[in-house]
Amino acid sequence: MIQLENVSKVYRMGKVEVPALSGVDLTIDDGELVAIMGPSGSGKTTLMNILGCLDVPTSGRYLLDGTDASRLSDNRLAKIRSRKIGFIFQSFNLVARTSAVRNVELPLVYAGVHARRNPARHALAQVGLSDREKFMPNELSGGQQQRVAIARALINDPTLLLADEPTGNLDTASSAEILKLLGALNDAGRTVVIITHEEEVAGFAKRVVRMRDGRIESDRVQRSRTEVTA
Amino acid sequence: MNLQEAVRIALRGLRANRLRSVLTMLGIIIGVAAVILLVAIGNGVQSSVNEKIQPLANLITIVPSAGNVPGGAPPKDLVDADVAALQEPAMSHDIAAVIPATSGKALTETDSYRFRATVIGSTDRWLDLNNGDMAAGSFFDDAQVRSTARVVVLGPSVASYLFGNDPAAALSHTVRINRQTFRVIGVMQSVGEPGDSVAVMPLNTARRYIFGGGDKVNQIIVQASQASAVPAAEDDVIRVLSDRHKIKDTANRDFEVQSLRSRLDTFNQILRILTLFTAAVAAISLFVGAIGVLNIMLVSVTERTREIGIRKAIGATRRAILEQFLIESLVLAGLGGFIGIGVGVGLSILGSILAPALGPTFATFAPAVTIPSVVLSFAISLVIGLVAGGYPANRAARLRPIEALRYQ
Ligand SMILES: Nc1ncnc2c1ncn2[C@@H]1O[C@H](COP(=O)(O)OP(=O)(O)OP(=O)(O)O)[C@@H](O)[C@H]1O
Ligand SMILES: [Mg+2]
Repeated sequence: MIQLENVSKVYRMGKVEVPALSGVDLTIDDGELVAIMGPSGSGKTTLMNILGCLDVPTSGRYLLDGTDASRLSDNRLAKIRSRKIGFIFQSFNLVARTSAVRNVELPLVYAGVHARRNPARHALAQVGLSDREKFMPNELSGGQQQRVAIARALINDPTLLLADEPTGNLDTASSAEILKLLGALNDAGRTVVIITHEEEVAGFAKRVVRMRDGRIESDRVQRSRTEVTA
Repeated sequence: MNLQEAVRIALRGLRANRLRSVLTMLGIIIGVAAVILLVAIGNGVQSSVNEKIQPLANLITIVPSAGNVPGGAPPKDLVDADVAALQEPAMSHDIAAVIPATSGKALTETDSYRFRATVIGSTDRWLDLNNGDMAAGSFFDDAQVRSTARVVVLGPSVASYLFGNDPAAALSHTVRINRQTFRVIGVMQSVGEPGDSVAVMPLNTARRYIFGGGDKVNQIIVQASQASAVPAAEDDVIRVLSDRHKIKDTANRDFEVQSLRSRLDTFNQILRILTLFTAAVAAISLFVGAIGVLNIMLVSVTERTREIGIRKAIGATRRAILEQFLIESLVLAGLGGFIGIGVGVGLSILGSILAPALGPTFATFAPAVTIPSVVLSFAISLVIGLVAGGYPANRAARLRPIEALRYQ
């Protein structure tokens, strides 16, 4: 379970202070599928960075499965990212010149797991890319790269899957595939948080959180998920 | 993260920029090879010179000489009695042998040729003492010394000039020296000029037939019992001769005592300093190589900022990133050092193969690679890897993940 209590984030640029989040309260239960929407600059990515333990709030508390992650050392944060979080980025963020299967293996490397090849293959199979194991990122289509990224996000069996505009760089068909995958993962019980600009994507979530100027504007649970169609 | 994986990641990073990695390594390779080669050459020169001089290192030469004090004693001829005094066993137990010699230039001729040789009169020990060898025939013996035999042993230059290139051709022929006839009983091997232009005969033979009699000797060679006994033997020589020549002030002597050993020590000392100096100069290129590694590692970290962000996002700790870049620079510098050792040793071996082709002076010259120089230069390479990689790696490790991910 995820709890944000009065979380604020202020970026300091020289003398200027830029508030990116101001007093955000948010609770996400295990197994939820939440879409976070809002205009550009409203603080969505900042929120995700904090949820994903890539950054710590300037004030407020962030409880991840009961652990206060807002005051942890770099090292502890890295451990939490390794064990509990899976990231999916808009720009895929695969490690260049490293094959698909090795990219998927990487989180296991940092988690200190020795048997990596088989789980990585299995994860690639889950996203339908068994035939692309040895491909380099620049030999894959955008949709395929994002699927590799999803496989990589999944491999450590994280409790929380964070996707920052995962379909932002993809065409409609690939977007639908990716959303389908995320939906299926949520159906399998995983907590998924998707940041998006697209209403269609939001419509597919069970809960939509709308942000504006670093605050939560609305938090709405939808009755039913609309089916995505390619 | 285990080491094996870290090494694999580092190697992949280096292979991704193959040319750049090789060029960076080149700096280390050249530095290490230069250090090893120069130290090897220094050692080679030292042992080659020492090998030639070592057998003579226990020799002390006494010649007449004016005293060191202005208006001091004039040089006094050395005579047989001086030799006899030094040969007295009771005088010194550091003296193994005393060999008098007298020498001078004289015309040496056959019916067809003539040659101005240095005629030396000495005892049968002369050959031994001068570390010589016979090319043909034999040296004169004690009996011939006692009997004042009219025999002569020629240096190779004299022999080949008078009798042709085959040393054996001179044997049993006679030569005229100072219009006196002597039978050639041996020809010596070359030791280099001027030692090759000599004609050696028994002391009294030379005195009687060439130098006009008397009991003078030009020099006395004293052989110390061993090289380390040279200083003691020198003291004994000075004591005995000062006594005989009735010299009170030892600074104002009428003879001079020289030994190769002290010169050899000085030579070795100078050579060692010279070797160290050239190695230090070579080490400058190693330092430049280190800056190259530092530079490339900084570039590599900057280039891969985004990759570092990704790795951190998926769970890499600071330490894992630090290790990745440290190992990368260690591999870069270590591999460079390893190849540099190979090149340095290879060139040294090549040098020792090619040196004899440069002439007889280099016949015994062989660059000698020393284990300490190899171990040290490899250790220095690794230290370079650690130091030059440490700062960039630390910078990479400290990157904040969100900023690294944002980096374009
Ligand atoms: N590293 C930073 N330094 C300074 N200001 C920052 C930094 N990151 C974000 N901000 C500011 O914080 C605010 C929120 O940024 P954030 O990236 O969270 O927006 P967003 O909702 O993700 O926007 P978008 O939809 O365009 O991705 C913005 O005004 C932005 O300028
Ligand atoms: Mg954003």
